[in-house]
Amino acid sequence: MIEWYAVVEVAIAAAAGVLCVVLGLFRVKPGDLSMGAVALVEVLLLAQLVIAIVAPLVGNSPTGNLIEFYIYLIVALIIPLLAGVWALLERDRWATVVLGIACLTIAVMVVRMNIIWTVQTQ
Amino acid sequence: MSNPPAQRRSLGVGRVLIVVYAILAIGATSRAVYQMAMYYSSHPSARLPIILSAVSGVIYILATVALIAPGRSWYRVAWVTISFELAGVLIIGTLSLVLPAIFAGPANVPDVADGTVWSSYGIGYVFIPVVLPILGMLWLRSRRAVVTGN
Repeated sequence: MIEWYAVVEVAIAAAAGVLCVVLGLFRVKPGDLSMGAVALVEVLLLAQLVIAIVAPLVGNSPTGNLIEFYIYLIVALIIPLLAGVWALLERDRWATVVLGIACLTIAVMVVRMNIIWTVQTQ
Repeated sequence: MSNPPAQRRSLGVGRVLIVVYAILAIGATSRAVYQMAMYYSSHPSARLPIILSAVSGVIYILATVALIAPGRSWYRVAWVTISFELAGVLIIGTLSLVLPAIFAGPANVPDVADGTVWSSYGIGYVFIPVVLPILGMLWLRSRRAVVTGN
């Protein structure tokens, strides 16, 4: 895992989350802005998946448990998709809030993923 | 069903609640399955936190389903599971602070060392586990007329 990339990922996911929650509370239905923010978070996660696959091959191996890391990453990849599908099915302002919560969850999960990757096991 | 517009509107806010419950259900359950597979047999001192993680995961799944499913009996299940969660997070949260050795799990296993979803009132999950059941109860109370009116 690349430290600075994880920081960027957490920052963007958190910003996208706050943006969507605020938009939803101001009664904005899911639109280009909120769906675009969620799509950006999903793309960052896909790049994270590529990084996670390539990193050990080029000498950047995790010190933590790789299985646990991938459980987090796979669940993280699914969450924005589900939130996005639900937002398309029922387009009201609460769907925008749901998109935001999905992004905030991703921010927390990437923090955890970084800890799992870099943990110093005894 | 006599008043579908009102029901839909209240489900709107409830959808946010359902999503947070679903995320906690996925988090607690997948974590418990992983911990059980990796550490249950080899680390006896990890068993209590692992079992608690599994119990909380099942409760969160039940609560999520009960919030989505219509009807009076599911409404009752929602009350039972959400009350159980509140009791769990308060009791385990307090015990984990008073008797940290029992709930922390083995120190040399970082995957379990954080304890359970409910340890320290859910500090590992930004205190969502202690706030969520209260919001859940408020929402259930506001929906009582809709559910029992059917």
